[in-house]
Amino acid sequence: MSYTLNVNGKAQTVDVDGSTPLLWVLRDVLDLKGSKFGCGMGLCGACTVHLNGMPTRSCITPISLVGAAAVTTIEGVGASPVGEKVRAAWVELDVPQCGYCQAGQIMAATALLTANPRPTDGDIDDAMSGNLCRCYTYTRIRAAIKQAAGLPTADTREA
Amino acid sequence: MARARAVETLERRAGAGRAGRGSVTRRAFLVASAAAGGGLLIDFSVPVFAATARGAHRRYTLNAYIQIDPDDTVTIMSKCPEIGQGIKTSLPMVIAEELDADWGKVVAEQAPLDGRAYGAQFAGGSFSTPMNYEPLRRVGASARAMLVAAAAQAWGIGPEHCDTQIPGYVRHTGTGRKLSYGALSARASRMKPPDMRMVKVKDPKDFRIIGKPLSGVDNPLIVTGQPLFGIDMSLPGMKYAVFEKCPVFGGRPVSANLEEIKALPGVRDAFLVPGARPTGLPDGMAITLQDGVAIIGDSWWAANAALDKLIVEWDEGPVASQSTESFDRMATALSSGLPGKILRRDGNVDQALASAAKVIEGEYAYPLVAHTPLEPMNATARYADGAVEVWAPTQNPAAGQGAIAKLLGLAPSNVTVHMLRAGGGFGRRLGTEYMVEAAVLSKMTGVPIKVLRNRKQDIQHEFYRPAGYHYFKAGLDGSGTLTAFRDHFVTFTSDGEKYSNSADMAPDEFPARFVPNLEYGVSMMLLGVPTGPMRAPQSNALGYAFQSFLDEVALAAGKDPIQFRIDLLRTAHLVPNPPPFGGRGPRRGGFMMMPEFDPKRGVGVLELVREKSGWGRRTLPPRTGMGAAFYYSHLGYIAEVMQVTVAPEGTVKVDKVWIAADVGRQIVNPSGALNQLQGGALDGISQALGQAITIDRGRVVKTNFDDYTLLRMNQAPPVEVYFNITDNMVTGLGEPAVPPAPPALCNAIAAATGKRVRRLPIDPATLVAT
Ligand code: FES
Ligand code: FES
Repeated sequence: MSYTLNVNGKAQTVDVDGSTPLLWVLRDVLDLKGSKFGCGMGLCGACTVHLNGMPTRSCITPISLVGAAAVTTIEGVGASPVGEKVRAAWVELDVPQCGYCQAGQIMAATALLTANPRPTDGDIDDAMSGNLCRCYTYTRIRAAIKQAAGLPTADTREA
Repeated sequence: MARARAVETLERRAGAGRAGRGSVTRRAFLVASAAAGGGLLIDFSVPVFAATARGAHRRYTLNAYIQIDPDDTVTIMSKCPEIGQGIKTSLPMVIAEELDADWGKVVAEQAPLDGRAYGAQFAGGSFSTPMNYEPLRRVGASARAMLVAAAAQAWGIGPEHCDTQIPGYVRHTGTGRKLSYGALSARASRMKPPDMRMVKVKDPKDFRIIGKPLSGVDNPLIVTGQPLFGIDMSLPGMKYAVFEKCPVFGGRPVSANLEEIKALPGVRDAFLVPGARPTGLPDGMAITLQDGVAIIGDSWWAANAALDKLIVEWDEGPVASQSTESFDRMATALSSGLPGKILRRDGNVDQALASAAKVIEGEYAYPLVAHTPLEPMNATARYADGAVEVWAPTQNPAAGQGAIAKLLGLAPSNVTVHMLRAGGGFGRRLGTEYMVEAAVLSKMTGVPIKVLRNRKQDIQHEFYRPAGYHYFKAGLDGSGTLTAFRDHFVTFTSDGEKYSNSADMAPDEFPARFVPNLEYGVSMMLLGVPTGPMRAPQSNALGYAFQSFLDEVALAAGKDPIQFRIDLLRTAHLVPNPPPFGGRGPRRGGFMMMPEFDPKRGVGVLELVREKSGWGRRTLPPRTGMGAAFYYSHLGYIAEVMQVTVAPEGTVKVDKVWIAADVGRQIVNPSGALNQLQGGALDGISQALGQAITIDRGRVVKTNFDDYTLLRMNQAPPVEVYFNITDNMVTGLGEPAVPPAPPALCNAIAAATGKRVRRLPIDPATLVAT
């Protein structure tokens, strides 16, 4: 079946089975390798992209359901000022360890800050707890989100 | 921040192939001898490559690690695989420091696998820093001397009149005239490399790069989603493979509905693959190729989706009789008898226990644990004309090369392994079977193959951190001093004699040597589940058992748990014989002399963490408590304190973590170091809270991150880190923060609730308020 997608502002036509998840179309058909495969079941967030700005698990999103929605991936997230700030904070605070989860983390964080420019620690927990980091960089992810939001980065959840 | 070589795509790297590198023309040998910290001796060779043309510029080669472009770009090779431990940043920092390079002009690149050029290239044992720190300083200093010599020659003056005070330039000290490294690169590459033993390294007080928190060199590529990881590799004409194995370890396929599978859309082929492994039960890392069913697809999705339709008749083999439940029962039965063998016996434990003022008993058990790096196992291979090229995220490239060569009957020189960035390792990628699978499947199909596990396959066909059971007894005298200590350790064997991989315990496991009457005995159970090293192997489990029990003993003695540990470390102790390896047993491997365990450094970190955590000085609400643990592994001394709150229904929330670490006189990259310590402690918490691989009739029950749970953002506490800088060898940080975390957490739970965690993972049902 042929599908025309809108990926990072560009129309892309692909010929795949309608059940193929968006993740594998992005990675193996469109050669956008930034979105990662971690679990294939919506459990880890490594594959997170935006559909019309909403954080979405591309591993469980069949291509037939994407339609004309604007797909934004890690490769294109820097087009928005929030995405650019998030990326910069990630580099400045040296968030990644292995880095494998970080595309998904950045997508989730950008969606959070776009909807909620000054998130509390509780907001961060709610928005980010679906994104696993096996290297457990959570302390830095939290700080980088605050930095991108222009908030003090210190962890205020005092014991 | 250094730039990573901008978008050198993996495809292009593939194209460069084996011919893309200069040939070895000359060798310079270095024997670095760092006396402090005790006799580190490293044989180290640095061949010098001929200058190679590359891209727009000629890149001039100063040695195997350093190339300089006329435009001043300095390319520094990072010899070890990057798995998230930050080595691709920190080792080039060491070289750049002594080179007096401008870090802003440095590009770090993954070195090719070449033992002659780089020596041992692997990521394991937290060895990369201690093995390479001193030698790589000399690599940088030697190239710096060549640049200085080149400038001196150009100016017709003696090198003693030149300096490199300005990063990236040689300056004529007298006149201030200067030449950039790029301008000097051609001439410098023709200079004779100095004897690395003689070359002068900097006084650490003059460091400009080492000791600065620097962002990882690949970060700009990571945050923009550039292809970088093993899974991102692709080759022209490549097909995708899934490789399905028997749910029961060691089982094999008898037949499968292959014709039906081959007819599915997007499926190219399906066939049985005969395994190649040693006879007997599988032993973790030794597995090279298991029996299984391969499905080859035009896309990975198509091949993987075909698994839903795959019907296999398996010969399950003998392991199908094994279950976690039966091991639990067997361990209890074994614990009431005498150990199968004695590991260590000091003094007379029976007598000392009989005359003790107080005797404490404690049982502890921990489960099998899976590594689950977030990037599933994968590798890409291209077999053609009797040679194979493999691209893999691996911690152990040389072992993969050897295994492939052996299995395919090739000379190792016909097996090229490219190290790609790994989405986590934790020991899992010391195994090499995914590389072997890709190579074998490429040979069988005649096309380039990428093999990739789905998550269920990845969890169910690992080698696991072994489970274990400890039955402790301790005796205190009237003053609360520990006079007797016994552990009956029930563990596993893969063949009836040897320990299962990583299921052993060293005879000097602490508190051995610090208690006059002590006995460690071992009993073993036959296990068919493959086991192997996981981040801080042995230590990650033993830390929990020993540091939990010592906490019980401290409280029974009426002592503060931190003070009790300090007092114990200050006890006059026996001199080890043979000398310890990483504090965990006799010295293994010939490449490094390990310094002796220094109890004073343990006291140092315990005192530091006590002060920083406000230990004993905080008023805590009910069901909130603080716990401490100290552990020495991989040459690192780490003490951790945790504060936890246990809800009435038993749910555990970690409020905060404090870490004190002593890894010697220098932290190479404080940013990366902090990441490793924070991540390591949270890794330990994650294991303790939620991770257990259970076996039912020889198969792994867990399937994905819903039933095998990892710590998430909303469970991750703040982690404060403090370094105790001591004048000792510079050592690694990938592992040592893990072992103290589970016991610090469990000891805090005991302080909050009065209940000991006897078994991991923590079961909230046992912590319900009564
Ligand atoms: S890969 Fe999509 S949520 Fe894990
Ligand atoms: S950085 Fe490794 S999984 Fe998050």
